Amino acid sequence: MSARDAILNALQQASAIRISNGDTIPERPSFKVMHRDYQGHRPLSQQLESMISKVKGEVIRTSQGKLDETVQAVLREKNIKRLLLSPESPYIQSFDAFLDETRLYDEAIENWKSELFNDIEASITSTLGGIAETGTLVLWPSVSEPRLMSLVPPIHIAILYESQIQPTFWHFLRHQKWSEGMPTNALLISGPSKTADIEQTLAYGVHGPKELVVVLVEEESEE
Amino acid sequence: MNTTTDPFQERSEAAVKDKKLRANFLSAMNGLMEKRDLAFDDKTQLEALRILGAQVRQNSLVKLPELLVELETKLIQKGVQVHWAQTPTEAVDIIQSITLKEKATKIIKGKSMVSEEIHLNDKMEQIGVECLESDLGEYIVQLAKETPSHIVMPAIHKNTAEIADLLHEKTGIERKEDALYMTEQARLQLRQNFMEADIGLSGVNFAVAETGTLCLVENEGNGRLTTTVPKTHIAIMGIEKVVEKLEDTAPLLSLLTRSATGQPITTYFNMISGPRKEDELDGPESVHLVLLDHGRTQMYQDDELLDTLRCIRCAACMNHCPVYTRIGGHAYGFTYPGPIGKILMPHLEGLDETQSLPTASSLCGACAEVCPVKIPIPDLLVRLREEANHPNAQSSNVKGAGVKRRGMEPVIWSMWRWWHQGGTRYRLMTTTLSRLRFLQPGTLSPWTNTRTLPKLAKKTFHQQMNARAKK
Repeated sequence: MSARDAILNALQQASAIRISNGDTIPERPSFKVMHRDYQGHRPLSQQLESMISKVKGEVIRTSQGKLDETVQAVLREKNIKRLLLSPESPYIQSFDAFLDETRLYDEAIENWKSELFNDIEASITSTLGGIAETGTLVLWPSVSEPRLMSLVPPIHIAILYESQIQPTFWHFLRHQKWSEGMPTNALLISGPSKTADIEQTLAYGVHGPKELVVVLVEEESEE
Repeated sequence: MNTTTDPFQERSEAAVKDKKLRANFLSAMNGLMEKRDLAFDDKTQLEALRILGAQVRQNSLVKLPELLVELETKLIQKGVQVHWAQTPTEAVDIIQSITLKEKATKIIKGKSMVSEEIHLNDKMEQIGVECLESDLGEYIVQLAKETPSHIVMPAIHKNTAEIADLLHEKTGIERKEDALYMTEQARLQLRQNFMEADIGLSGVNFAVAETGTLCLVENEGNGRLTTTVPKTHIAIMGIEKVVEKLEDTAPLLSLLTRSATGQPITTYFNMISGPRKEDELDGPESVHLVLLDHGRTQMYQDDELLDTLRCIRCAACMNHCPVYTRIGGHAYGFTYPGPIGKILMPHLEGLDETQSLPTASSLCGACAEVCPVKIPIPDLLVRLREEANHPNAQSSNVKGAGVKRRGMEPVIWSMWRWWHQGGTRYRLMTTTLSRLRFLQPGTLSPWTNTRTLPKLAKKTFHQQMNARAKK
């Protein structure tokens, strides 16, 4: 018998005995504890900002109209010269004036691994939304924004729309019906990479980004 | 039992006398307990969440055989190769054969307790394949040629000075008692290895049957690098880690990170549902999942011991355990230390090998009080103590049952019971004992090694009460 059959047989036999002893398959549990009262976008984004700030995430608020300007200011302030962008990024031309290089993630990682690991200083990615209670960004890496964009460069700049913030991860899964189709990789990111493995001393930037900048685009109709 | 040759006894005695080790654990555990407490500021909500967590895990276990098949089907549809192993040897064989097929010489590892359980690093080294740990704590432990002393914080037994010595000696960096400096140096040392490794190997925190998704909880980003950069990703998990629905991960994640380190969430929650698609530009070309039994089906067959399988490996039980805090993780001598280890290891290794573990507890109940999925750990410890003295090993669900049963002991206990069951014979016995009190030995080793033996009274309790009544 294969290992698979042996394991499944043992489990199925135990199950069958339980059912013959009167056990029934339980109903799905109630997720009532996950429910939250409705809040507007602004309280949610404030909660997200407060939570992510506690783990050294920077939040910069802006409006749709000033988005380009805000991102440029971040790049200047951090003195970023080599930036990684998605080939579909709307910023491809807009930073040419002060960047040494704008690298597009347009070929397989195998062809430029060492450049990504050694030369790129920052990347800009979009987000699918945010989670208020935990101060979390939700990312679905894709063909145009591959997984390593948000992981290898020392500075990760993420654009988050205030209207896309949910109170908890559970609300995200529910409202966006994730169970109907998952991408190869989905990610929750809550701050820059960190560790406390040396005598519980918190140290940022161990393997992933050392800095996380959230450019938060506020809803203009709000209030 | 000859206690002086019990390795657990020896190790725990040595650990209790090691002042530095005790100081390291005491401060770490105090810190972790406080962080957990602050993270669950609303105790009513905590209780409701624990109930949901327990239900989610319990329901997934009830349907375990169906869910494993569903998980396998969904993963295969997405191009993940699924392997099954009954024993650690089978799991190692599977990983070795993938390694040989890929002609791999270097594996970079994310943190995985199951890989510790099967002693993967040593086994891979035997066929000339290097396994490099990338979690900072695991990296430290690997450099020291040790094993993790805690399932979430592997290097918690070492203080900053000891780590500074170790990194200086093994990697040649400057000796600086500065966690930030050492962390930065480790980043630099490991970066090159992420680029070069042929295979990334990780554990799994939850596997979702509904969508065929492998979830990984981590802070450092090494887990993401491990599962994204190398050409091949191998994930390994115990068969109990499956949950039914994607939404089940939400309450479990919230319970896990807060119980473990007091964080509302970890920096990264990575949900993997397949290898790189044709048009994608990164991610592994092939993904393998190894499903390991190793004693888990044994637990599954018993209605009470089944609860052990609910565990989500947060380590809150060890952080709150007075025994663990005093002896540390290595004294237990097995992969999983602390309360969860005491109820888990007997199934993985057999009670004959682990007979001291269920007794290494004061049954204070702190572990059950903090367990996010409400595992009744003290009840299971008592049950395993009974199993160790089981009169008929064949009829027990536990491997190695009856190992502690000695010829005279059950006879003495059944006499004891008989004496206590009748008024006349009980009084006769106590009167006789009080008359023969001059024969009582002065010491009763090992009990009296650390205690004074109480002296039998001149008059029995009954005699004293009768005398009082007559006054």
